[in-house]
Amino acid sequence: MNEILRINDLSKRYDDYAILEKINLSVRKGEVVVIVGPSGCGKSTLLRCLNGLEEIQEGEVVLDGEIINPNKKNLSKSRERIGMVFQSYDLFPHKTILRNVTLAPIKVKKRKKSEVEAEALALLDRVGLLSKKDNYPRQLSGGQKQRVAIVRALIMHPEVLLLDEITAALDPEMVREVLDVVLSLAKEGRTMVIVTHEMQFAKAVADRVIFLEGGKIVEEGKPRDFFENPKTERLKRFLQTFTYETVENDEIEMEQV
Amino acid sequence: MGFEVLLKGNNMIRLLEGLGVALKISLISVSFSIVLGIILGMLMTLKNHVINVITRVYLEIVRIMPQMVLLFIVYFGATKAMGINISAETSAVIVFSFWGTAEMADLVRGSLISIPTIQYESSMALGLNRLQTYIYVIIPQIVRRMIPLSINLITRMIKTTSLVMMIGIVEVLKVGQQIIEANRKSSPNAAFGVFATILILYFIACWPISCLSKYLEKKWEN
Repeated sequence: MNEILRINDLSKRYDDYAILEKINLSVRKGEVVVIVGPSGCGKSTLLRCLNGLEEIQEGEVVLDGEIINPNKKNLSKSRERIGMVFQSYDLFPHKTILRNVTLAPIKVKKRKKSEVEAEALALLDRVGLLSKKDNYPRQLSGGQKQRVAIVRALIMHPEVLLLDEITAALDPEMVREVLDVVLSLAKEGRTMVIVTHEMQFAKAVADRVIFLEGGKIVEEGKPRDFFENPKTERLKRFLQTFTYETVENDEIEMEQV
Repeated sequence: MGFEVLLKGNNMIRLLEGLGVALKISLISVSFSIVLGIILGMLMTLKNHVINVITRVYLEIVRIMPQMVLLFIVYFGATKAMGINISAETSAVIVFSFWGTAEMADLVRGSLISIPTIQYESSMALGLNRLQTYIYVIIPQIVRRMIPLSINLITRMIKTTSLVMMIGIVEVLKVGQQIIEANRKSSPNAAFGVFATILILYFIACWPISCLSKYLEKKWEN
């Protein structure tokens, strides 16, 4: 399949401190790439570099032949093609749910209001939030807000969707409703780059999983190999922090001794 | 009760004219304060050390100095010391704008920094450019936060214009005193009637502004 997003030798530093070092990554059309790694490993920063929210010191991000650079004049043109959903949903508090969704297509893409509204309502219906269209963000739960944020990104018809720890701020019982939406997007063949801490979800949704640590890609692979036969010691250790069985076994062994 | 003096001659009209003077001074000062305050408030959010020090000193001066002292300094002091001849009304406008700008700037600064960075980012991630982000996302939120606070400032400025009679401006309170003085023999109770009327006039001037603030606050609750 065709490559849509390419990262060449990307490095990001704050003063002398390197956040990302020489990252190379290629994302094909329709592919779901999931990035995992310990906190502070630079995964969110990497995602923010992809749509020019962070300045980079070296390398380049290329979207379908077009270089994305925070200092570029028509950066907002490239951003129209890349949707992003953040951890803290960040709906616009002064606008109703419907207006949150329709703002960008009307103002940025200059599409007809009636047509945009019809599409917005259809998308809200799809994520089960049609009845909330005239509510304000503060009247919604976290999971509902996050689904609206996904719809707000989708209505721009992005070629790539970036999801930055979108369930990290949610109560556990709301994680599912959001991830189900993402799974259905993956099924319809959307290109997505996802940063997450939900390993089960990563396994289910990913075409390829990337392990980032210390600003470098340590290991990458198909979800099955990645989770069941990690090659590097560091990934093994990282994955162990998500399993509890081993801890229990240790305890039983100690009792037996 | 002393209300009858107001019906004599054109006393009531003079009182209203006095109110007009007070409102004119406040209106001009408020306009200056809003425009200059917004600019200064935006400057204050830049992390420039020199601007920060200057604005902090300015703000402290305004907070510490009684408005009456400022009025005397500008009207009597500036005229004598610097040889500049400014009228009493201009002095009043300068002092009230000086005060209003400082308070307005602080409100603007507070509202600006209370908008989280992620609001800018999520707007720009949708493809809105910087200008569109300000117009559709940031400014509407700032205005909603600022309206109730700035209306409070405006009514305070209107009320404080009663001080300008101290530098010889014939505003509503001064007219009231003149009426009382002139009718001291015929209506010894004039003071109560006249001042009560002035109280009502100030109320009529400020109340609609207060109502507007309440209305907007309710409307923008979300």
